[in-house]
Amino acid sequence: MKKSLLRTLTAVMTATVLTVPVLLTGCTKKNEQVVYVYNWGEYIDPEVLDSFTAETGIKVIYDEFETNEVMYPKVEAGAATYDVICPSDYMIQKMIENDLLAELNYANIPNIKYIGKQYLDSSEEFDPGNKYSVPYCWGTVGILYNKTMVDEPIDSWSVLWDEKYKGEILMQNSVRDAFMVALKLDGHSMNTLDDAELEQAKEKLIEQKPLVQAYVVDQVRDKMIGNEAAIGVIYSGEAIYTQRENPDLEYVIPKEGTNVWIDSWVIPKNAQNKENAEAFINYMCKPEIALKNFDFITYSTPNEAARELIEEEDIRNSEIAFPDLTKYSNLETYHYLGAEGDTKYADLWKTVKSE
Amino acid sequence: MKSNKYIKLLSAPYIIWAVAFIIIPLVMVFYYGLTDKDGAFTFANVLNISRPEHFKSLYLALILALISTVICMLLAYPLALILSGMKTKNDHLIVFIFILPMWMNFLLRTMAWQTLLENDGVINNVLSFLHLPTLHIINTPAAIVFGMIYNFLPFMILPLYNVISKIDVNVLNAARDLGANPVQTLTRIILPLSVPGIISGITMVFVPSLTTFVVSEMLGGSKILLIGNVIEQEFTQNSNWNLGSGLSIVLMVFIIISMVVTSIYDKEGEGNAL
Repeated sequence: MKKSLLRTLTAVMTATVLTVPVLLTGCTKKNEQVVYVYNWGEYIDPEVLDSFTAETGIKVIYDEFETNEVMYPKVEAGAATYDVICPSDYMIQKMIENDLLAELNYANIPNIKYIGKQYLDSSEEFDPGNKYSVPYCWGTVGILYNKTMVDEPIDSWSVLWDEKYKGEILMQNSVRDAFMVALKLDGHSMNTLDDAELEQAKEKLIEQKPLVQAYVVDQVRDKMIGNEAAIGVIYSGEAIYTQRENPDLEYVIPKEGTNVWIDSWVIPKNAQNKENAEAFINYMCKPEIALKNFDFITYSTPNEAARELIEEEDIRNSEIAFPDLTKYSNLETYHYLGAEGDTKYADLWKTVKSE
Repeated sequence: MKSNKYIKLLSAPYIIWAVAFIIIPLVMVFYYGLTDKDGAFTFANVLNISRPEHFKSLYLALILALISTVICMLLAYPLALILSGMKTKNDHLIVFIFILPMWMNFLLRTMAWQTLLENDGVINNVLSFLHLPTLHIINTPAAIVFGMIYNFLPFMILPLYNVISKIDVNVLNAARDLGANPVQTLTRIILPLSVPGIISGITMVFVPSLTTFVVSEMLGGSKILLIGNVIEQEFTQNSNWNLGSGLSIVLMVFIIISMVVTSIYDKEGEGNAL
C-alpha cells in the first residue's frame, strides 16, 4: 500500500513539475491575436489599451521600463520579445545602428498624417527617412521649482550648485541627463566625447553631490508635489501634472539650453506580431486617442490634430507643453555615442556616484 | 534498500529545481565573469574589484553589513533570552508578531520606510508636532543600516530563539545548584550553548546585508553606491554582464567564507530555524 502511494505521489509531483511550464506558456488560445508592448512607466492611459482591444480584438500584454538604459539590454539579449517599444531618440539611433529594429510598413499606419511635420523632420536626426519610428511624445528637460521655497526667479542650471539649497535638490538618476546638466552649464555640447570637457563635467557633478538630496527618476514628481524638495530636474511632461497637484510649482527651461527629446514607437526586428504592432501604433496616432493619452500623462503630443482638440486654451497654448523652440538657444538632441562613448559616460557616472 | 529508490525519485523535483535555478545560473556567472566580451578567457573582470570605485563600494558594503549585523545581534539576543524564558503560550505569539511583517513584500516595506523617514515625512511631522528635534537620516548610510536592521532582524531572532529555547532547563538548574550567579550562568552556560544560533544568525543577516542593492537604492537616494548596486547597474544599465559577473565572483568569496565559518560552528544544523 505504502509503496503504491509513494509511487502515485511521485508520479503526481513529476507530472506537476513537467506540466506547469506548459500550462503557463500555453494559456493563450491558438488564434488569439496579441501584441507585446514595452513602454515607459505611467506613459499611457490604461483605458486606451482596453479600447484598443475592444476595437481590434488584439490583446495587449503591457510591460514598463524606467530608463532607456534598462530597456536596451533586455531587448538586445532577446530575453523577452516585444512587438512595440517606446525608446527615446538616441536609443532609437543605437538600436538602428545595432540592427535591432524592423522597418515600418506605413500602409498599416495611415494615421501618421496627424503627426506634425516638424516632429518627423527632427526625427530624421536619429532615424533618417523616418523608416523605423513614429513619434509618441516629446518635450524638454528643465528645472521644476517650488516658488515658496526659493528666493529668486530661476533661469539657470547654476541654481543646482547653489549652497543655499543644500539638501533641497533632486537630480536625475540617469547618466545622460545628469551629464547634460553639467555639460550645458559649462557651455559644452551634451554629446561631447572630449575627455577634458567630460572630466570637467564629472568634477562639477562631484562638487554638486553634497547638495543633492537624492538621485531619482520617476519619484521627482511625487517628491516635488509633496514639498519634499525645492528644486528638481524634470521632464517637461511631468510639469503640467505636478502644477495641477501643487500650484506652487513652476517649470523653466534654463537659459544655457537643454535637451529636446522625442520618444517614438518602434518595432524590434524579432517581433512576433508585426502587423498587430503596426495596428497598435496606428491606433496611438488617432487624434482622440492621442488626446486621451495627453490628458492622462500630460506629456506633449506631436499629434497636431489632437492638440487642436484640447479644450482648455491655456493648455493648448501652454509654454510648457508646446514651447516655441525657436525662442531658445542651445537646444540639442541626444545622439548615440557608440559603445565606447557609452562606456566612457558610464564609467564617469560611476565615479560620481561612488564619491 | 528499496525505499531509497523512492526517496531518490521524490527528490527529483528538487534536483531539477536546483539544477535549473542554482547550478546553471552559477555556471553562467562563472562563464561570464571569466570571459571578456568576445568570449576569451580573462581574469580582468574579477581583478576589476581593485578599481577605486569598486573597492570603495565593497569596503562600504562590508562596513555597513558589519554594523547592521552587530546591532541586530545586540537587539536580538536579549529578546531571544526573554522569549525563551517566558515558557508560556505567549512566546509563540510574540515570535509570530516578529514574523508577521515578513508576509508583506520586502520592496513595499522598504518603500514605506522611505515615506516614513523623508524630511517632510510622517515621523518628522509627528516629531515637529510634539516640538521635538526632527530626524534627518534619509539618503544617508544611517538610513541604509536602519533598513538592513529592520528587514533582517527576524533572521537573527529566529535562530537564536530556536537554539536558546532548546537548552535543557536542568542544565541551568544544575549551574544554579553549583553556585553560579545569573551572570555566570549566562556567560558560561547559555552563551556557549547558543553559539550555533549566533553563527547562523550572523550569516543570515550579514550575507543579505552585504549583497543588498534595494535597501541602499531606496533609502540611500541612489547617492551611496554599495557593491550590490555596482553589480546591478552593470547588468541593467551598462549591459556589461562580464564585469557584473566578475564582481559577483568576488562577492561570492565573502559569502563562501561566512558559510564555511557557519558550517564549522553549526555542525548539528541547530540554528536553521527557517
